[in-house]
Amino acid sequence: MKAKIRKIATFVEETLIEQGQNVSPPTRRAAAVAVIENPFAGRYQEDLSGLVDVGEELGQLLAERAVAALGIPGEKVESYGKAAAVGEDGELEHAAAVLHPKLGAPFRKVLGKGAALIPSSKKRGGLGVSLDVPLGHKDAAFVRSHFDGMEVRINDAPRANEIMVAVAVTSSGRPLPRVGGLKASEIKGEDGLR
Amino acid sequence: MPEVKIRKFMTAVEEIFHEGGQPAAKPHRRAAVLAVIENPYSGCFVENIQPFMEDLKPLGLKMARKLVEALGGDAKAIEGYGKGAIVGEAGESEHAALWHAPGGYGMRETLGGAKAIVPSSKKVAGPGARLDVPITHINASYVRSHFDAMEVGVADAPRADEIVLALVMTTGARIHARSGGLAAKDIKGEDGLR
Repeated sequence: MKAKIRKIATFVEETLIEQGQNVSPPTRRAAAVAVIENPFAGRYQEDLSGLVDVGEELGQLLAERAVAALGIPGEKVESYGKAAAVGEDGELEHAAAVLHPKLGAPFRKVLGKGAALIPSSKKRGGLGVSLDVPLGHKDAAFVRSHFDGMEVRINDAPRANEIMVAVAVTSSGRPLPRVGGLKASEIKGEDGLR
Repeated sequence: MPEVKIRKFMTAVEEIFHEGGQPAAKPHRRAAVLAVIENPYSGCFVENIQPFMEDLKPLGLKMARKLVEALGGDAKAIEGYGKGAIVGEAGESEHAALWHAPGGYGMRETLGGAKAIVPSSKKVAGPGARLDVPITHINASYVRSHFDAMEVGVADAPRADEIVLALVMTTGARIHARSGGLAAKDIKGEDGLR
């Protein structure tokens, strides 16, 4: 099954000052969001493999869009995340089918690597619902400076029969990380955790 | 003259393929660039605020250039525009009005002249507030196909002592424009209206 895409939105945030302190270089993060038709809206569908294929397609498309918006090579991306919001006639399981089985592999391919689990969130909601995309270091989930989240929303989505699918990437952790824990400079990056 | 202190930039791009009708041969694209800046006049009444307009001019230019870049880099592809501002709670709506001149200047410079008045909206609101930025044709305000709006906002802005400044541009008519009126191909483009 191919994705029926109504629109794609990209967002880039660049933080230059946080709590009065200059952030140098500025932290940057980007999200790409596709609004797609939910082929299974309004009914119970046992086999969700069609949406699994859609997830694979969007994994590449959205990762490429987000990385392009960020303006750095995929290999330079430091953290990532994904999320989906299902319109009111859909099911949370539809978000799961898009996000979990096959979206990750093409996403990681665009980044060159990505040993860590891609943190995710999902919800059902109406038009303009905000989606908080969780962010974690792409090669070592325990890197504390890179735990973060990015809010995205599109005022006219998701309609009842739509799904909003988002991926987010960053060039950096939080603007002023200072709560200790594992540092990005200390990771092995093999098991996806440390 | 107050310094322009920028806390963050946000760029949002929407690429619209359809809205229930036949997908267009050329997707409709619209983009917004937002800057979160410190409000130099927050917290007290300042009578003479006009000098800040001059200070904001370089930022207006920078944001307009970012916008054209976000829409593909060709200023000639831009057909619609708009601007707006959200003032944090320690400010007044008059502070938002400071954006009229520098925001318009930045876009006209970047687009190589544009005849129509730049439509605008403004309000005083808290962090995460959304603003519907009105959009019209850049050379003739009465072009009906280009009347549009883009909702913008930043999750953590404006704080009480901040202003969110917004510029918006589009690459054409609404995706399924069919409500008649003055068409872009029929404009004279002399008085900025028709």
